[in-house]
Amino acid sequence: MNNYELMVIFTPVLSEEDFKAAQKKYTAFVKENGGKVVHENPWGLKSLAYPIQKKTTGLYWVLEYSTPSDFNEKLQIQILRDETILRFMITKLDKYAVEYNNRKRSGVPSNNEKVEA
Amino acid sequence: MAKANEIKYLTAIKTEKRAKKFCRFKKYGIKYIDYKDGEFLKKFLNEQGKLLPRRITGNSLKYQRKVSDAIKKARQMALLPYVTDLLK
Repeated sequence: MNNYELMVIFTPVLSEEDFKAAQKKYTAFVKENGGKVVHENPWGLKSLAYPIQKKTTGLYWVLEYSTPSDFNEKLQIQILRDETILRFMITKLDKYAVEYNNRKRSGVPSNNEKVEA
Repeated sequence: MAKANEIKYLTAIKTEKRAKKFCRFKKYGIKYIDYKDGEFLKKFLNEQGKLLPRRITGNSLKYQRKVSDAIKKARQMALLPYVTDLLK
């Protein structure tokens, strides 16, 4: 059961409930394949640093989950089939990343702020 | 003939002591550099959005590579631009 993090950019033209429906679809897809959703974090509409497919804004969504290692292949097929997704990235989380995410969620000021000096 | 080291100046020659650079990741014990944290990564980019070299950021090799990986991921996900002007 490895930990992964999926970040997805949806087209901005997506309505609110389509956005929610897509999120539910993928979390359900993770659960039914024996995975466990650790955390889901929709950022919502954000402006992109450069236009992707002629669009300058996108709906960001970050999903942290842990699944057996053969699951990502199926997830990728699902995502490539879905054309409302501009871009996605699956990163493998090592133990420091998982601990960082937990600390960040539990409100402890992550040490990046401390480094502001 | 006054030898070189005997010359006494009225005021000591002011050598501006530059603060010793340190790797902030080793010093503050940061183990994971998050690619989603755009603000923090911008510290390692210059105005055009290019990666700053190690001799300027003062990072150790291991963490400079992690920073560059995180920045490339952030650029892929359009959190940071590939090239821009007046990024700051």
